[in-house]
Amino acid sequence: MLCLITLNPLSLFRAFPGSIAQGMIWGIMALGVYITFRLLDFPDLTVDGSIATGAAVSVMLIRGGVSPLLSLPAAFLVGMLAGLATGLLNTLLGIPGILASILTQISLYSVNLMIMGKSNQPVSVDNYPLVTSLRYVTEGSAASKCMFFLGMALFLIALVAVLYWYFGTEQGHAIRATGCNGNMARAQGINTNFIKVLALMISNGLVGLCGGMYAQFQGAADINMGRGAIVIGLAAVIIGEVLFGKFASRRRLAFAYTLIAVILGAVIYYMVYQFVLWLKMPSENMKLFSAIVVAIFLAIPYLKEKRSVKKGVAR
Amino acid sequence: MAYALEINDVHKVFNKGTVNEKVALDGVDLRLNSGDFVTIIGGNGAGKSTTLNAIAGVWPVDSGRIIIDGTDITGLPEHKRAAFLGRVFQDPMTGTAATMDIEENMAIACRRGQRRTLKWGITRQEREEFREKLSTLGLGLEERMTTKVGLLSGGQRQAITLLMASMKHPKLLLLDEHTAALDPKTAAKVLEISDRIISDNQLTAMMVTHNMKDAITHGNRLIMMHEGRIIYDVSGEEKQKLHVKDLLAKFEEVSGGEFANDRMMLT
Repeated sequence: MLCLITLNPLSLFRAFPGSIAQGMIWGIMALGVYITFRLLDFPDLTVDGSIATGAAVSVMLIRGGVSPLLSLPAAFLVGMLAGLATGLLNTLLGIPGILASILTQISLYSVNLMIMGKSNQPVSVDNYPLVTSLRYVTEGSAASKCMFFLGMALFLIALVAVLYWYFGTEQGHAIRATGCNGNMARAQGINTNFIKVLALMISNGLVGLCGGMYAQFQGAADINMGRGAIVIGLAAVIIGEVLFGKFASRRRLAFAYTLIAVILGAVIYYMVYQFVLWLKMPSENMKLFSAIVVAIFLAIPYLKEKRSVKKGVAR
Repeated sequence: MAYALEINDVHKVFNKGTVNEKVALDGVDLRLNSGDFVTIIGGNGAGKSTTLNAIAGVWPVDSGRIIIDGTDITGLPEHKRAAFLGRVFQDPMTGTAATMDIEENMAIACRRGQRRTLKWGITRQEREEFREKLSTLGLGLEERMTTKVGLLSGGQRQAITLLMASMKHPKLLLLDEHTAALDPKTAAKVLEISDRIISDNQLTAMMVTHNMKDAITHGNRLIMMHEGRIIYDVSGEEKQKLHVKDLLAKFEEVSGGEFANDRMMLT
């Protein structure tokens, strides 16, 4: 009890805008993870590398004089290249998906060092007109803070709209069919190898974009910033599904709601993260905490089913 | 005029050079005329499904040629051959995408053999078409077009797969024991739908079955396979006069009486 008294609710309250903004940025990455993990059914660990690649490219371009806004499409493109590498390793060379993605992820570590020249490259909001920054939500007037959140929200809604449209097109249908049932997809004339590569590229493009935005947000690109990113992405997807799954399904635009749920999952993840930090959990334990959260949420559907099977037998 | 299907001396050995080596196709020759509906029977491992998979391009054959309506497809990958083919599988799960709506599944089939572009995946006009086609099944599925296919029964899924396979007027319809996983009543219904779709669309079709009676009563031609070869081929009147006991005798003759261990159905 005594230690609880020392906690200051106000400090938690002050930290929340930062974690919400962080969650919104990581929501973009979670959308990428959703595409591979749920739609394509491909365990893609490339993201741990490609998020840092997006960050490295964005920061180095900004430091080289490119506008922070224009550095983001570049981050998206290098993310797509990372996805291309994993896709080709898998489809052209027959390397199992998870291993192909690990190979890309490991090689990206070297690539990222090459891009940055050293393990950490700062980019200060004092010197550059960054698109996102922690400063935008911790300093300045309430109106400017609101403007930032509004801008982020509009951008995310636009992103969801684009993805909603894309997965409703012939190509999007082909991605969903490939992920659901490869035999069916091929029997209906879909080149499943091409589709896999395509989906991996789109997914990692989003992850690269997230990397660029997040590097600007925290004011630096770091070689280790992607470590465990996949776990955060999965956590966001699963939290979103568990909390909002029922709400999102069985209504018009169900897919759009699902995508929004995934983004909200990332926001909630970072709010919980902040809360646990506020409880004085040492920050080095947070990766363990994240992994346990993901493990629990991944296990829930399985255990539920097992229990209902048992019940069925008892009856 | 070109044959609808021409298979010339096709060979396929699985697991070559290992203890599990299995000669699956041992010189298959077959010519189908346009509009032929062939039923294929034979024991386990006779090469029935393997022949269908060779045509569909699930894996490359070791030697021989496969020609559909004058086009040599031997070197084409599976997804390119799909432009010529409609396929229905034994497992009702295989033919459809469970997490997608009925109409989405049909829309995917509607684009078989076409490039997948950034146009909408389903048009309004297609929806009307699908509704009409589904209503011909008499299963009430036309009222459930946005239901996920995974929620349907095996028979319903096979019926939808049949509709999907018959879209785009395929040069050849491949039915691979597509009623084997269904209960007898549903199987009969799906067979009836198959017959109707084949005759309405004047399709050339091949149907693998374990049921000798079905093999006799459906189609205009019957072939029996054994150890990777076609050993018996009847059509027309001769086929109509066939009885199950004739087929049994034939089967006994080639297999040396092992049919008793077989899962071939004798009814």
